Amino acid sequence: MSVDKKTVAKIADLARIAVREDELDPLAAELNNILGWIEQLSEVNTDGVAPMTSVVEVALPWREDKVTDGGYRDEILANAPDSAHGFFTVPKVIE
Amino acid sequence: MEKYIPKYIQGATGDWEVVIGLEIHAQVASEAKLFSGSSTKFGADPNTHVSFVCSAMPGMLPVINEECIRQAVRTGLAMGCEIHLRSVFDRKNYFYADLPQGYQISQFKDPIVGEGEIIVDLEDGTTKTIGVERLHLEQDAGKSMHDQHPTQTYVDLNRSGVALMEIVSKPDMRSAEEAGAYFRKIRTLVRYAGTCDGNMDQGSMRADVNVSVRRPGAELGIRSETKNVNSVRFMMQVIEFETRRQIDLLEDGGEVFQETRQFDPASGTTSSLRSKEEAHDYRYFPDPDLLPLEFTQEFVDDLAKALPELPDAKRNRLINDLGVSAYNAAVLVAEKESADYFESLLDSLAHKTGKAKEELAKQAANWVIGDLFGALKKTGKSISESPVSLKDGAELLALQIDGTISGRIAKDVFEIMLDTGKNPELIVEEKGLKQVSDTGAIDAIIDEVIADNQDKLVQYRGGKDKLFGFFVGQVMKKTQGKANPQVVNQLLKPKLDG
Repeated sequence: MSVDKKTVAKIADLARIAVREDELDPLAAELNNILGWIEQLSEVNTDGVAPMTSVVEVALPWREDKVTDGGYRDEILANAPDSAHGFFTVPKVIE
Repeated sequence: MEKYIPKYIQGATGDWEVVIGLEIHAQVASEAKLFSGSSTKFGADPNTHVSFVCSAMPGMLPVINEECIRQAVRTGLAMGCEIHLRSVFDRKNYFYADLPQGYQISQFKDPIVGEGEIIVDLEDGTTKTIGVERLHLEQDAGKSMHDQHPTQTYVDLNRSGVALMEIVSKPDMRSAEEAGAYFRKIRTLVRYAGTCDGNMDQGSMRADVNVSVRRPGAELGIRSETKNVNSVRFMMQVIEFETRRQIDLLEDGGEVFQETRQFDPASGTTSSLRSKEEAHDYRYFPDPDLLPLEFTQEFVDDLAKALPELPDAKRNRLINDLGVSAYNAAVLVAEKESADYFESLLDSLAHKTGKAKEELAKQAANWVIGDLFGALKKTGKSISESPVSLKDGAELLALQIDGTISGRIAKDVFEIMLDTGKNPELIVEEKGLKQVSDTGAIDAIIDEVIADNQDKLVQYRGGKDKLFGFFVGQVMKKTQGKANPQVVNQLLKPKLDG
C-alpha cells in the first residue's frame, strides 16, 4: 500500500492540519516509508492468532455509577480562547 | 391473525415500494457519564456537569461506567438480541465544535449487542417482524447553540460523554406506520427495562431516518438519511415527504443522492445538509485507551433473571389470565405507567372486595381506559399526574362492585371526585347516593309508576315490548338513579306481564 500527494492532502484536510503544497511530496515519501515497514509485518503468518490488545494480562477496569466529578466550570473554561455566560464560544458554525 | 399485505405507492409510471431503516439513539439511564464521573442530569447550568475527561483535557483517560454496560445488555435482552461477551470500542473521527476530543468513542466492528427481532402490531390487525441489526454504546456530543449571538456559536459540554445506545434496525420497514410502530415498541421496551427514560422532549430518544424507494422486488435504491428526528409524528412526516420527493425525482428522470438531510418541523419538509462522501470519512480505529469490553455469560444471565415483565408478556397475561380484552390490554401495556397504575388498582381492589383478580380485571380495565383516561385527556394530564389517587379509584370501583352504588351513580361520583378531590365513600355518604336494593321500597315505586302510566301498560301488554325500557327509566327517575337496576328489572317484569 502506498499514498500519493492527493491522498496526503486529503488526510491532512480531514485531520485539520495545514500542509503547504511544497510539503506534500516529501510527506508522501515519509509516509510511504512507514507503510513499507508496516507491510513487512504482513509477511509473518498470523493465521489463527487473535489480535493482541495489550502486552500485559489486564482486563478493562469498570467504574461504579456514581457522580464523582464535575462542578468546576471556571477551571474547564480557563484555557478556552473565548467564553461567555458559562459557554465556550466559537466562530459561528453554519451547517 | 390477518395476513400481512405489502404496501405499494402508486406513481405516475407504476408502483413503488419505500424501504425504511432507523438508527435510534437512546440515552442510557445512569447517574454518571459513560467514561467519566460527571453527572448526566438534564437542565443544569452550562458546563457544570463537565470533568477534565469529558472536556478532553490532555492526559485524561476514559474509565467505563459498569451501569452503562448493564443497561446496554438489559436493552439487548429486552429486544431478544444476541449479547456479545466481547466487544470493542473504536474512535469515530470528525471535527465539530461540540466534540472536544475530535472523535466520538463508539463501537464499530464489534458491538455489545447483535441481531434480534421485534414484532409490531399494525392498525389493520396484522403484525410484522422487524429485524434489529445491532445495538452499540457510544458517547453523546455536547450541545451547540447557534441563535444566542450574531457571530458566535455557544457550546455547552454537559451532554458531552453521556452514554447513548444506538439501536440500528434492518431495512425492514415499508411504510411510515410500520416505522412509527417500531419506534414506539422500542421506546416501550427501554422504558419497561428501565434503561432509558424515553423522554423525547429532552432528546433522550431521537432517530436518524433512512429512506429509499425502489420498484417492487428490485434492488435497494439509494437512500437519504434525515438526522435527529425527535418525535414519532415528525418521523412519519419525514418518511412521507422523502418517499414523495424521491419518487418524483426518479420519475422525472433524475437521481437520488446518498446524503444527509434535516427536517424542518414548520414546513414538514427535509432539506440537504451536506454531501456524504467527503464529510463522512470517519477513519474508525480501535481506541488505544480502552481494552476490549468482556464479561461472562453468567453476568448476562443474572441481568436476564432480574429483568421486569416485558410488554408482550404482560399483555398476554392480561388477556389470557385476567380476561382483559385484547384492545384494552394493548392500550394499558403501551405506557409503563398505565400498566403499573392498572395493576396496583387491581391489587387494591382485590384486597378490598375479597374477590379474585380475574373477576375484577375486565371492569377495572374498562374504568381505567374509559373513565380515567377520558378525564385525563380532557385535562391534558398524564397518568402520573392523575387527580384520582389509586386508593380512591379502587374504592370507587369497590363501592360499585359490592352494590353500594350503581354504575350510573359511579360516573357521577367520579365527576365529583375530579372536581373536589374528595374520597368516594364520603361523597356517597354526603350526597345520599347509596343504591336502593330494598325490594319493598322499589316495589312501591314500581306500583306508583304503573298506576301513573296505565295507557303505556296497555300498549306494552298489546305487544310493544320496547316500552319495558320506559318503565325502567321512570323507576330510576323516581329514585334519582339510586335504585339497583337489576332489582328493578327483576321486580318489574312480572308486574308488567301481569
